[in-house]
Amino acid sequence: MTASPERWRMVRRTVVTLLAAAALYEAAARSGIFPAVLVPTLPKVARTLVNLVQDGTMLWHVSYTLARVMCGFALAIVVGLPLGILMGRIRALENFVMPLASALMPIPSLAWVPVFILWFGLGDIVTALIVFYAAMFPMLLNAWTGVRAVNPIWLRAAGAMGAGEGALFRKVIIPGTLPFIITGLRQAFQRSWIAVIGAEMLAASDWGLGWVIFDAKEFLNADVMMASLIVIGGIGYAFERLVFGSLERITVLRWGMVQAAKS
Amino acid sequence: MKAQVPVAQHESRLRVIARNALPFVVVAAAWEALAYAGVFPARLFPPVETVAAALVRLTVAGILPHHALDTVLRLSGGFILAAIAGVAVGIAMGRWRLAEDVFLPLVSIGAPIPGLAYAPLFLLWFGLGNLSAVLLVGFVSAFPIIFNTWTGVKAVKEVWVRSAQAMGADNRRLFRHIILPGALPYILTGLRLGLAQAWRILVGVEMLAAVPWGLGWLIFGSREFLNTDVMLAGIIVIAIIGLALEKLVFQRIEDFTIVRWGMMK
Repeated sequence: MTASPERWRMVRRTVVTLLAAAALYEAAARSGIFPAVLVPTLPKVARTLVNLVQDGTMLWHVSYTLARVMCGFALAIVVGLPLGILMGRIRALENFVMPLASALMPIPSLAWVPVFILWFGLGDIVTALIVFYAAMFPMLLNAWTGVRAVNPIWLRAAGAMGAGEGALFRKVIIPGTLPFIITGLRQAFQRSWIAVIGAEMLAASDWGLGWVIFDAKEFLNADVMMASLIVIGGIGYAFERLVFGSLERITVLRWGMVQAAKS
Repeated sequence: MKAQVPVAQHESRLRVIARNALPFVVVAAAWEALAYAGVFPARLFPPVETVAAALVRLTVAGILPHHALDTVLRLSGGFILAAIAGVAVGIAMGRWRLAEDVFLPLVSIGAPIPGLAYAPLFLLWFGLGNLSAVLLVGFVSAFPIIFNTWTGVKAVKEVWVRSAQAMGADNRRLFRHIILPGALPYILTGLRLGLAQAWRILVGVEMLAAVPWGLGWLIFGSREFLNTDVMLAGIIVIAIIGLALEKLVFQRIEDFTIVRWGMMK
C-alpha cells in the first residue's frame, strides 16, 4: 500500500503507452493505406460510441446481454453449487456425476449452439442455456474440490465439540469451501461472458452485444464493432474487479480464510 | 498380504471401469427412452443407434476424419503462433523494463475481452476462412501465455541471477541456464491455459468464419438440413479430441511441471 512511487510509475507508463498506441493507430488509419471503413479513426469510434449510448440502443444491447448472462449464470449456481458440495460429501453421487462431467467438460459450450437452436429455436433460451453449460462446470468442480479440501482436523474437532450435521455444514464446511466457491464464481463468470458473446453471434436475435458486433460486420461498420468491443471489455472488467473483488474482500479476506490457507 | 495385492488391484480396476461406465449407460438408456417415447420429433431427437450409425458412416466415408484433421491443424497452427509470440513477449516483458512498460497496459486491456468478440473484426480485416480463424485462435490464446511467462521470469530468484553473474555467466548462459529453467513451470502453465482457451473458442470461430472443413462448421452446417444425428456425432468427436488433449497433452505437461518443481526443491 505504501509503494506509491511504484503505483505512480504504473499509472504514468499506462498513460504513455496508451497514448503512443493510439497515436500509432491514428496515423495508420489516416495514412490511407487501409480502407477507411475497415480502420476507422479514433474520433469516429468515440463519436459512434457516444451516439449509441445517447440514443439508448447500447443500453438495450447491454441489458439484453446482461439478462441472458445472469439467467444462465444463476441457473449454473443453483444447480452446480449444491451438486458440487453434495458430491464432495456423498461418495455415490460423486461416482455418478464425475464421469459424466469429465466427458462433457472438454466440449466447448459453443459446440452445442446449433443443437440447441434446433431444439429450442433462435433466441434467449439458447443463449441462456449455453451460458449455463459454460458456467456449470467451473462452479461444480470448484465446489467439489473445495469441500474435499476442507481440513479433516476441523471436521473432527467440530464433531468432537458436539457439532451436529447442520452446524458442521454451516460453520465449518461452507466457510472452509468459500475461497474455492469464489474462485468458481469468478471462472464461471469469465466463461459465461465468452459464451454469451459467441452464442449471441450464432443464435442471432435482435439485441445483445454479441449480435450487434456480428451484425456490424455485414455493413462494414468497424466503428460500431470497436465501440461495442470497448463496452464488452468494460463490463467484463467491472465484474471482475468490482463484483468479485469486493465479494472476496467482504467474505474470504474478512474471515481470514486466505491467510489461513497460505500458512 | 503381499500376494493378494495384485489380485485386489485387478479387481478394483474392473470395478473402476464398471463404476465409470454406469452413468453413461443410465444416461444412454434415459435418452433412448425419451427418443422412442415420441415426445420430440425423431429428426430433432435421434435415438442413440442413429447417432452411432451416423458416426460410423461418416468415419468410414472419411468425412469426419477430414473435418477433425482440419480442426486439429487449425488448433495447432494458432497455438504454435501463440506459443512463439507469447513466450517471446513474456520473456521480453520480464527482462526489460521498457518492454514491460509498453506491453503490460496493452495486454491488460486486451485480455479481459472475450476472444470471440474480436472475431467479426478479424473477419473484416482478414476475410472469411482459414487465415482469420488461425490468427484469431493465436491472438486469443497468446494472452495467458504472455501473462504466465512474464510472471515466471519475474519469479526467478534474484539471488540465482546475481550468483550466476558473479560466477561469470554471460547473458546467453544466464538466460539458458537460469532464467529459462526457473521460469519453465510458469511457462508450461501458460501454454496449458493457452491451449485450453484456443480449444474453447476454435469451434465457435469455425462456425463464424465459414471454413470449408472443420468440426465446428460440420455441426453448424448440419443445422440447415436438420441433421441432428450428424451434429451429435460431431460433438462426440469434439469430446474425444478434447479428452485426448486433456489426457495426452495437459496431463503430460502437468507431470513434467511437477518433476521440474521437484527438481528445483
